[in-house]
Amino acid sequence: MNITVSQRGEVSIAAILGEIDGKTAPLAQAQLMPILEATNKVVLDMSSVSYLSSAGLRMLLVLYRQATARSGKVALVGLSEEIKDTMSMTGFLGFFEVSDTLDAGLLSLA
Amino acid sequence: MAELTNVITPALDVQERRIDYYPTHDYNGYQLRPGKPYPFGTTLVPGGVNFSIFSNHATACTLVLFEKGGGTPLVEIPFPDSFRIGNVWCMIVFGLDVETLEYGYRLEGPWDPTAGQRFAPSRIILDPYAKAVGGREVWGQPPDWNDIFLQRGRLIFEDFDWEDDRPCEIPVEDLVIYEMHVRSFTADPSAGAKHPGTFAAMREKLPYLKALGINCVELMPIFEFNECENDRVSPETGERLFNYWGYSTVAFFAPKTSFAATGKFGMQVDELKTLVKELHRNGIEVILDVVFNHTAEGNEMGPTISFRGVDNQTYYMLTPEGYYYNFSGCGNTLNCNNPIVRNMVLDCLRYWVAEYHIDGFRFDLAAILGRDPWGTPMPNPPLLETLAFDPVLGKCKLIAEAWDAGGLYQVGSFPAYGRWAEWNGKFRDDWRRFLIGEPGMAGAVAQRIQGSPDLYGWNARGTTASINFITCHDGFTLYDLVAYNDKHNWANGEGGTDGGNDNHSWNCGWEGETDDPAIRELRRRQMKNAWVALMVSQGVPMVLMGDEVARTQFGNNNAYCQDNHLNWMDWSQCAQNADLLRFAQRMIAFRHAHPVFRNIAHLTNTDYAGSGYADITWHGTEAWQADWSDNSRVVAFMLDGRHAKGATQTDDMIYVIFNAYWDALHVRLPGLSHDRRWHLAVNTGMPSPRDIHPTGTEPPLDNQGSLLIGPRAAIVLVGR
Repeated sequence: MNITVSQRGEVSIAAILGEIDGKTAPLAQAQLMPILEATNKVVLDMSSVSYLSSAGLRMLLVLYRQATARSGKVALVGLSEEIKDTMSMTGFLGFFEVSDTLDAGLLSLA
Repeated sequence: MAELTNVITPALDVQERRIDYYPTHDYNGYQLRPGKPYPFGTTLVPGGVNFSIFSNHATACTLVLFEKGGGTPLVEIPFPDSFRIGNVWCMIVFGLDVETLEYGYRLEGPWDPTAGQRFAPSRIILDPYAKAVGGREVWGQPPDWNDIFLQRGRLIFEDFDWEDDRPCEIPVEDLVIYEMHVRSFTADPSAGAKHPGTFAAMREKLPYLKALGINCVELMPIFEFNECENDRVSPETGERLFNYWGYSTVAFFAPKTSFAATGKFGMQVDELKTLVKELHRNGIEVILDVVFNHTAEGNEMGPTISFRGVDNQTYYMLTPEGYYYNFSGCGNTLNCNNPIVRNMVLDCLRYWVAEYHIDGFRFDLAAILGRDPWGTPMPNPPLLETLAFDPVLGKCKLIAEAWDAGGLYQVGSFPAYGRWAEWNGKFRDDWRRFLIGEPGMAGAVAQRIQGSPDLYGWNARGTTASINFITCHDGFTLYDLVAYNDKHNWANGEGGTDGGNDNHSWNCGWEGETDDPAIRELRRRQMKNAWVALMVSQGVPMVLMGDEVARTQFGNNNAYCQDNHLNWMDWSQCAQNADLLRFAQRMIAFRHAHPVFRNIAHLTNTDYAGSGYADITWHGTEAWQADWSDNSRVVAFMLDGRHAKGATQTDDMIYVIFNAYWDALHVRLPGLSHDRRWHLAVNTGMPSPRDIHPTGTEPPLDNQGSLLIGPRAAIVLVGR
């Protein structure tokens, strides 16, 4: 798992590559939390995430809860069909702004 | 007020300073610490997992850990003697991957069946408190019986984000219960579900349930069971037979993994909770059908999965020779009034209410729960009393199937403690017999209409003690009730002898499917009559999945083993039988619209509200003249709207006439006060859509003094 961060205006874009599971989720959280605290608006580009485990879903929700407490926002873009399906069935999807493309994701945080 | 950002303290800083989050022992590279006995089962603690299991007769215990699906254990960690407190072995193991770990136990102890001891340390045992079970993720896949550990304990996160959800607490008298099977609801291709037969697929169908108007689903067993526990095939089709319904619990704390589309990812807990949350959001409660009378381990010939290997003598009712009492008809009987087992049942139900926000429970063969450890019925069974007075269960519905397979029949006498309701089998039988025209049933049906005061009046339990139903998973569907005289159970592979014989059914002139339009019309009318009977009776109505669209099991009245069209809901019937579906929807809406059907106390046949009418009055073909003779097949009654819900609400006047006679009859109507007129709400003798009129649009009767009711029909009038 690897995270690349870029900036677009006041929004941070974090592109995640690889699998988010019980081992990598804490690492991802440790990297993403300071970014959220710095900018308050984060787009997570999930298009290169091949697998998102239960622990990964929880990491996302922790980010969401932190963002909400700070009046910030987290948007997800580029979810694969299977991950989106899993997130929907387990109740995680409804918390997030979800978009197909990066541009749409940026727009959702505007 | 402090800003939110200040409230959110990174908890980890504090936790890292606690000394009990550091290991004290090491076993082959696994870091350990003495655990905490409470709570039993597994609990995630910072950095590790607390494992706790009790046995009053085991002499030693070993924790067995697997990588998910692994053929051999990762490690077997014997509990150090210093980790045992009383008869509880507890241990924290650090550094485990919650998502990929599977666990079990080996318990040592005597093999002495006549003394009730059946320890089998060669076997790996499933934790009775396992909150999730791996190994059977794919429904119907034949098990590998050579697997050294078939059904494996798994760890779960218990951090579901419920937001502001909690159990709905709908007043019990306002419920309309829909009894259903999770897999049957969406398994058929006609359901068009992306993941057929799952919790997720059921969630997709919520708009259907909402449109039907029910406000409570009662789910047939969803605790982990093994549908492949038997190895039998259908003598008719050669198809494999299953323990399909699931009345055979393997793990009381774990949802059925293969009922979840995400079960293969270990997310069944989240998927079920999401379904419950979404049901609640739509105003629909969730009652679970729980089977505490026996387990999947069967008798002494059955497999050792969990309880038998943990503490056989504690968990099961045993004969003096060490054999299993069989009050359940399923091989063994859970020893539920043993104090230990009683606590497990309580732990389990509390867990489902607290963690899953479950609204209530229906207890399969609940009369067993009132038997002492030697099988004798008790006047004051501690388990039933405990559940009735427990604070966590304090607002949830407790419903008993008030009989067992050992001959104990307690409808009307189940120990209730002001809490317990009962499946009212007499409601089912009396209405069935009345509707097919049996003589001598008018008086009995009058009791059922009033919420069965003959059964529940003697100790003032009121109408809500009675769960009213005409059909349920046991026995014929509503359509089969009007299409078959006899059961047709050959496909079950028991020589046609299984299933009940007292069906009180009538095929309306031909056994099974027919093109005869007169028979088909009569069947439709009889189904509608049953819908009316359910919705105008005091008490709590329960309907069976699919009865709103004439679901058929082709005469099979005990389809417990059939994973096919005999159980599956055929969604194409929604269009084929749209008229019946419409009737059911409107009839449910009619009940919701009229509180006069939903009294809590029994009706009194007196005018305690001073309205000029008694709360209920009885009539016949002549107004004010009920005929209770054996030959009477007409029951008519008027409910006074000023007496709705114990005179706390005001409703219309309601007049209901059932004609179970084979000819049309002239009926004289009771008069209304001068400013009111009778309007026609329901007439099952009329073709759709004139069989039922939506609330508020009922046409007034031209003749306010009398009407003609068709043969075998029901009419409902609204006076306003």
